[in-house]
Amino acid sequence: MNKNLERLYNGLWKENPTFVLMLGMCPTLAVTTSAINGIGMGLSTTVVLVLSNMMISALRNIIPDRVRMPAFIVVVASFVTIVQFLMQGFTPSLYASLGIYIPLIVVNCIILGRAESYASKNPVIPSMFDGIGMGLGFTVGLTLIGIVREILGNGSVFGVTISALNDFHITLFGLAPGAFIVLGFLVAIMNVVRRKMEAAGKPLPAVQGCLSGDCSGCTLSSACTGKSMVHVTKEEIPVDPKDVAKPEPAKDAVKQTANTKNTEDVEKSGSDSSYADDDIEGKEENK
Amino acid sequence: MSYVTGLILLLVSSAIVNNVVLSQFLGLCPFLGVSKRVETAAGMGGAVIFVITIASFVSSVIYKFILAPTGFEYMQTIVFILVIAALVQFVEMFLKKSVPSLYESLGVYLPLITTNCAVLGTAINNVTKEYDILKSVINGFGVAVGFTIAIVIMAGIREKIEYNDIPETFKGSAIVLITAGLMAMAFLGFSGVISL
Repeated sequence: MNKNLERLYNGLWKENPTFVLMLGMCPTLAVTTSAINGIGMGLSTTVVLVLSNMMISALRNIIPDRVRMPAFIVVVASFVTIVQFLMQGFTPSLYASLGIYIPLIVVNCIILGRAESYASKNPVIPSMFDGIGMGLGFTVGLTLIGIVREILGNGSVFGVTISALNDFHITLFGLAPGAFIVLGFLVAIMNVVRRKMEAAGKPLPAVQGCLSGDCSGCTLSSACTGKSMVHVTKEEIPVDPKDVAKPEPAKDAVKQTANTKNTEDVEKSGSDSSYADDDIEGKEENK
Repeated sequence: MSYVTGLILLLVSSAIVNNVVLSQFLGLCPFLGVSKRVETAAGMGGAVIFVITIASFVSSVIYKFILAPTGFEYMQTIVFILVIAALVQFVEMFLKKSVPSLYESLGVYLPLITTNCAVLGTAINNVTKEYDILKSVINGFGVAVGFTIAIVIMAGIREKIEYNDIPETFKGSAIVLITAGLMAMAFLGFSGVISL
């Protein structure tokens, strides 16, 4: 139970996907025109995240490592399709206002990121709580940004007009430029917080998403092409510095050993064992 | 309005009026991540044009001839994401074998592209708006050109920003986002120019 509470705290506060990790910026910018949209998007992402985390965690020992990314994507896409139809049926107006960003939950960095870094390594129940924590953290983030943009752009909160703000509308904040500018200021504020926390000796976890400056920070970037999706395990094997330093001699050694074996048919066990190390190196390289 | 006029208007609309990055918020990752130098930004733009155009064609062919006749329309999200992932790999393999010079210039950007929600977004948009195959391809091409315009302009600005005296707090992605906001404001001027 303690561990589960820790997952909730982790998602909502310590590694909040919106404010700390800065993941899933496409929907963050696109749907936060109002607080209601923010909640709707956040909750639908949460549902997909919880279900896919549980499913992936339950299947973690069945899915072969080499094809895990395509498998994760299929699981996530199935749940997204289910959520999409439920929303279309039961909340048609929200569905209309979120539009294309509902199916695009599939490519949300948070979901595949959690699948890869948590659900695929942990049991079902903690994975579920991880999904709930992360999802609610995302919901809170989107809602807060939505509230700010709605107040500035429309003078209202959750669709209720604030009378004090009757003549106060900066329509721009409800439109595309406002989204970028609000997020820009959010990043700036987080920069200050980051520096303060670092000075206090409690550095925040690093930004993971697109805003970290390069796409490689995103977990999904390993899922990008079919190539890295299938071969990701191979690339992840830490390369032995010896292999990098002298790849050529290793190859020669393999040939040499092969020749020795062919021509002299294992003359002495001693001569073979002297090549043994190189041989293994060469084989690893050939894999 | 003739069919051809419609196509031209669609191209302009998807490239400029409804710019994929600055008004649809798709493809933000490469837009923020690969826009430090104009050359790399242009390379990324080229790769995106290549992939989105082909992906639009393939996805709309699959939808029209496989999903729609068999009544599997609801599978579109799953099918499209897998098709795009496989397609990017095929494009990469094909370029590597057949057009090495193009692979040299675009190859490194291809792995970054499937993350790009612009590809999946365009494929789904084509289906939702019921474009035929030619219109889907034109729309895909337009979207990708719009992406290239945005990322190249952004890279040009960022090269200049580096020499400016920015407050410490706004260094890095904060100033980039605010710049993007100002660019979006400029592109907002096109809104309503074309209504399809």
